[in-house]
Amino acid sequence: MIQPEERLAAALARLILDPAAPPARHIAVGAASPIPAAACWLVKKQGHDVRLSLLHKRSGNPFTEGTRELFDLTGQGRIDLFFLGGGQIDGQANINLVGTGEWPGQGVRFPGSFGSAFMYFMTPRTILFREEHSPRVLVPRVDNISAPGVSPPGVFRRGTAQALVTGKAIFRFDPARARFTLESTSPGEDAASIRAATGFGYDEPASLPATPDPSEAELALLRGPVCEEMLETYPDFCARVFGRKAAA
Amino acid sequence: MIAQSVDALAAMVPDGALVALPPDNSLPSVALAKALIRRGAKSLRLLGVPVSGFATDLLIGAGCVAEVQTSAVSLGEAGFAPRFTAALKEGRITVRDATCPAIHTMLQAAEKGVPFMPLRGIIGSDILANRPDWRVIDNPFAPPGTDPIVLLPALAPDFALFHAAMADRHGNVWLGRRRECATIAHAAKRALVTVERLHEGNLLEDERLAPGTISATYIDAVAIAERGAQPAALLDEYGFDADSVAAYARAARTQEGFDAWLDEHVFGKRQEAAA
Repeated sequence: MIQPEERLAAALARLILDPAAPPARHIAVGAASPIPAAACWLVKKQGHDVRLSLLHKRSGNPFTEGTRELFDLTGQGRIDLFFLGGGQIDGQANINLVGTGEWPGQGVRFPGSFGSAFMYFMTPRTILFREEHSPRVLVPRVDNISAPGVSPPGVFRRGTAQALVTGKAIFRFDPARARFTLESTSPGEDAASIRAATGFGYDEPASLPATPDPSEAELALLRGPVCEEMLETYPDFCARVFGRKAAA
Repeated sequence: MIAQSVDALAAMVPDGALVALPPDNSLPSVALAKALIRRGAKSLRLLGVPVSGFATDLLIGAGCVAEVQTSAVSLGEAGFAPRFTAALKEGRITVRDATCPAIHTMLQAAEKGVPFMPLRGIIGSDILANRPDWRVIDNPFAPPGTDPIVLLPALAPDFALFHAAMADRHGNVWLGRRRECATIAHAAKRALVTVERLHEGNLLEDERLAPGTISATYIDAVAIAERGAQPAALLDEYGFDADSVAAYARAARTQEGFDAWLDEHVFGKRQEAAA
């Protein structure tokens, strides 16, 4: 039985390794991101030469200059890939982490923009990840822009979204057209169900593949060495997804 | 300098002060936040460095806060910060949203004593549209009209408040790698620090401890507060108490629940009744 989280982690790992994308030598993963963290560990445990900086890791935090070090590294171009989410994400890959309604979130207030308004510009690529795939999250136009999906010519920007990964589907992003294309769907979904769950317009391929299941080798890594690495920071996730409990 | 009480530190912070606080993962002084509530502080302007957590939600719920500048307010796994959210909705606080590196950069400008510093990114974000104090200029070192860049003003908080593992009798404090607390101590006009314990000897004369030490030059007063970061974590000394924060988040869904939590955990009323 393959858990949905395992399928998502394996799909993210394949996106990380996409040979068409800029190389991922140093990946940073934010707090409370167990599925992206699992994907990064999977890539590393597959033997790829990648440095992982996992923020808020309880021990072995990679930084010695405080929380600004991540942003200084990213400003220099030393972080190749980062993950961002959004309370709202729209079809131009704008993300809203502030809230709905009038600024600063008079409708539903989300926690806030964190470093998104910087990271989205300064990493060569970003993977947008949000498990919930619904019209309230994937909207025609975000109410407030924490970080824009694309920038006008002349504004310094190293990269944009590579893809948007949700619990239901994977979309690729084309920055030149500022538009997503549906790439594959999770089990139980089809073109019509994705259309119904997505508030923004996007392109659809003539034939729509399923997001591949993780291979036996990927599953073995996820449930073994990847889980070992994640137990301390994400005990609940490891118990729920991998059926593993941390030693007391 | 040592052996002030936590309440004596709180008495040094006047109403209306601009107060910089680190979030739950980087050594907040929850003990000092509680002391500010006991003193009945009013109209504080809080700065989250670079985001805000448990202590900020407490101070807002207790009515101590007029304004919050931060890049996010969250209780981590326990979810959104309930008293912050309620106060924003009811218009009781002004919220000035930022983005993490902008807050670090404004503080670093203050550290250096320069009036502003540039930062990449941000252009096209509604954060910038809502920050009339942030400017976009044409990079003067690039060909004209080719490279717009954001300038951020220096920000010198009136106070930096945080918790550290130890202090020595000279007033130096040690907090290891959490150097963002050094940045706010450098940038702020005054720094008030709670610590777990006293260190015998001079922290700056120990080569292994000195890199994680903030010099007494920047520290105005220190008080001992054991477990003073709790329920937040302190380095490798104690962990984040997720159960307590989750219990707080449930209680603080309503002002009544929050007030009852405050009575028990800040004013100690239940203990008095039991005594």
